[in-house]
Amino acid sequence: MSSTLETAANPQILKRIAIDPLTRVEGHGKVTLLQDDNNNIKQARLHITEFRGFEKFIQGRPYWELPVLVQRLCGICPVSHHLAAAKATDMIVSASELTPTADKIRRLMHFGQTLQSHALHFFHLCSPDLLFGFDDDVRHRNIVGVIEDHPEIARQGVLLRKFGQEIIRITSGKRIHGTGAIPGGVNKSLSKSEVAYLQADVQQVIAWAQDAVQLVKKVFFEHYDYHQAFASIESNMMSLVRPDGAFELYDGGLRARDIRGNSIFDHVDYRQYEEYIRENVKNWSYMKFPFITSLGEEDGWYRVGPLARVNNCDFFGTELAEQERIQFMAIGNGLPVQSTLAFHWARLIELLHCTEAIAEILEDKDLRGKELVNKGELVCCGTGVIEAPRGTLFHHYEINDEGIVEKASLIVSTTNNNQAMNESIRKVSSQYLDGNELSEALLNQVEVAIRAYDPCLSCATHAMGKMPMEISLLDANNELIDRLEKNSSGQINRTL
Amino acid sequence: MSTEKTFRLDGRDIPFIEGDTVMDAALRAGEYIPHLCHNPEFPPHGSCRVCVVDVNGRHQCSCTLPADENMDVDNSSEAITDVRRSLLQMLFVEGNHTCPGCEKSGACQLQAVAYNTRMLNPHFTHFFPKRSIDASHPEIVFYYNRCILCGLCERVSRDIDKKSVFAITGRGINSKLEFNSLSGKLGDTELSADDKAASVCPVGAILPKYKGFEVPIGERLYDTKPISVVGDVAANHSAEDSVLGNADEYSSDE
Repeated sequence: MSSTLETAANPQILKRIAIDPLTRVEGHGKVTLLQDDNNNIKQARLHITEFRGFEKFIQGRPYWELPVLVQRLCGICPVSHHLAAAKATDMIVSASELTPTADKIRRLMHFGQTLQSHALHFFHLCSPDLLFGFDDDVRHRNIVGVIEDHPEIARQGVLLRKFGQEIIRITSGKRIHGTGAIPGGVNKSLSKSEVAYLQADVQQVIAWAQDAVQLVKKVFFEHYDYHQAFASIESNMMSLVRPDGAFELYDGGLRARDIRGNSIFDHVDYRQYEEYIRENVKNWSYMKFPFITSLGEEDGWYRVGPLARVNNCDFFGTELAEQERIQFMAIGNGLPVQSTLAFHWARLIELLHCTEAIAEILEDKDLRGKELVNKGELVCCGTGVIEAPRGTLFHHYEINDEGIVEKASLIVSTTNNNQAMNESIRKVSSQYLDGNELSEALLNQVEVAIRAYDPCLSCATHAMGKMPMEISLLDANNELIDRLEKNSSGQINRTL
Repeated sequence: MSTEKTFRLDGRDIPFIEGDTVMDAALRAGEYIPHLCHNPEFPPHGSCRVCVVDVNGRHQCSCTLPADENMDVDNSSEAITDVRRSLLQMLFVEGNHTCPGCEKSGACQLQAVAYNTRMLNPHFTHFFPKRSIDASHPEIVFYYNRCILCGLCERVSRDIDKKSVFAITGRGINSKLEFNSLSGKLGDTELSADDKAASVCPVGAILPKYKGFEVPIGERLYDTKPISVVGDVAANHSAEDSVLGNADEYSSDE
């Protein structure tokens, strides 16, 4: 159920406070708060202030360029876009099954991606809040403060990320924006020396990941009630799961569960995602608002990402992560864990899983195989879905007879969390800001709520040409004298 | 006493035979002069001007200039590199050469020559022309964005393949490559994937269809060695690079 703080009845007479720009998140966004004379919060909105438009300008490009082109959406999780597009183009070239080498190289690349992104988010962006407190001096509450006060934690964070980046470099040629995956497979396998290079550090990396999970648990339990309650909202959760219900990042079926953990849909073939998910647009945001079709706009919004994935899966396929999952789920007392700050905990359990899975996959001789590509007949369209670090990522393309993209549709991970992030900042506003004179420390609480989702705002803005718009003309007494509305199909109507 | 004729290039004696251009003699002697429209297999064209050298105080186009004993050629001073760099910068801003999204990146002669002249930015304001892709041919794609109008495909198609598929039309900044068919589409021309013209492009304008980014980063032509060592794209063209490589997989006979 959505909060009532989305739109104030009379915004003209309210004070406006903007947190602009949001800090320590990927991309650019802002939050606006409207307060009345008694400092009560009447409206809270997360806005995305930048615009991408990839869906439009990849139209007219050849499909075989897509994995390389669309990864430029982002510098943090390019691998996720690279692989989602590669999976979609696999369908276009009818590569229903990859060679074992291609499949494992791609999975390894994706584990590296998730590892480095999660390490970046937790250590570089969020650990200052969690280690020093949300109201710590802003001059100290940053990564430099972490390096000064907790040098070993900072060092481990940097080296965990470095290991993930090295995996990406070795599998795709570059740490950022490589070219490993191509339609139907990959363009290289690993050499013996490359495998040995990664194996040399992997046990140390697993140990650091275990330390990281212990650290986040310590922080969570030190202020247990506060962490449980902070920005906590009740939402549906959606993620991919393996056919046997196990945690999955690269390929699987879609699973959605409601706030009580009951199934909404399960093991859905992601190629049919349009039957299960729709997107809504609102006139104050460049980011769309997806929802589960069967539940409708009002109740169908959901969360994705680490919290949803750990809640939704039946088990982890690796031992240490599974032990941590069991402890994590215990705080929900049989229900899904809804605490927004538990995102951090879930994220580090995933990080641990990635390190274990990397160690496992590095033992596999298929990584050094020579059969790299499978191709079949060319078909008109393809859908690729993957669990990016921030959540479920959808790429869908349609091509013409010449192999040129005619239509592209992307639902980026952060977009899935749009409503949830808005609900979380409204919860924080009600919990801690309502009735108070706003201070930097209080406003940081709003940012803390958003940061928990690890949003990548730059990736998530795609509503080009479909943005509904409303222009109201008011007289000096704030009386509405005229109003024009542009709907999502571009028609303009006078609605007064 | 030797009767071999020579000229001076960067202080070194370069032997030449009657009929050689400065470029011919320099390349044979292992001296690299940056060039784009020149391909030693075919007669010189002198259109890109990137091979400009300073000969006895005058700027000359080395691919068309007959070698002579009295020449003192400057091929590597900062002054002549500046001129080449400016020419390349103009080529870069005139088209849409977005290397990060180009399949040819790492194996592109334009990019490699730009590195050779230590070009670090486009300097001039980008034109951002609105150009399209012609994917109408079953085996070959033409990217108007990347064409530098070197004329190699036009000359080779006319003189070697005897098909005259390509022609540069218009003048000056309005020049463009056109295809010899009633529809104006590449797919309606006589171009075949095994034509010489299909594999002579030094940049990423003419590329095989259904194929992209198959050479890993680190193994591309200019990834580890510069063009002055590796040589031209055309000289390194292999069977794997051929437009025939993947072309027949999806080309239809209908």
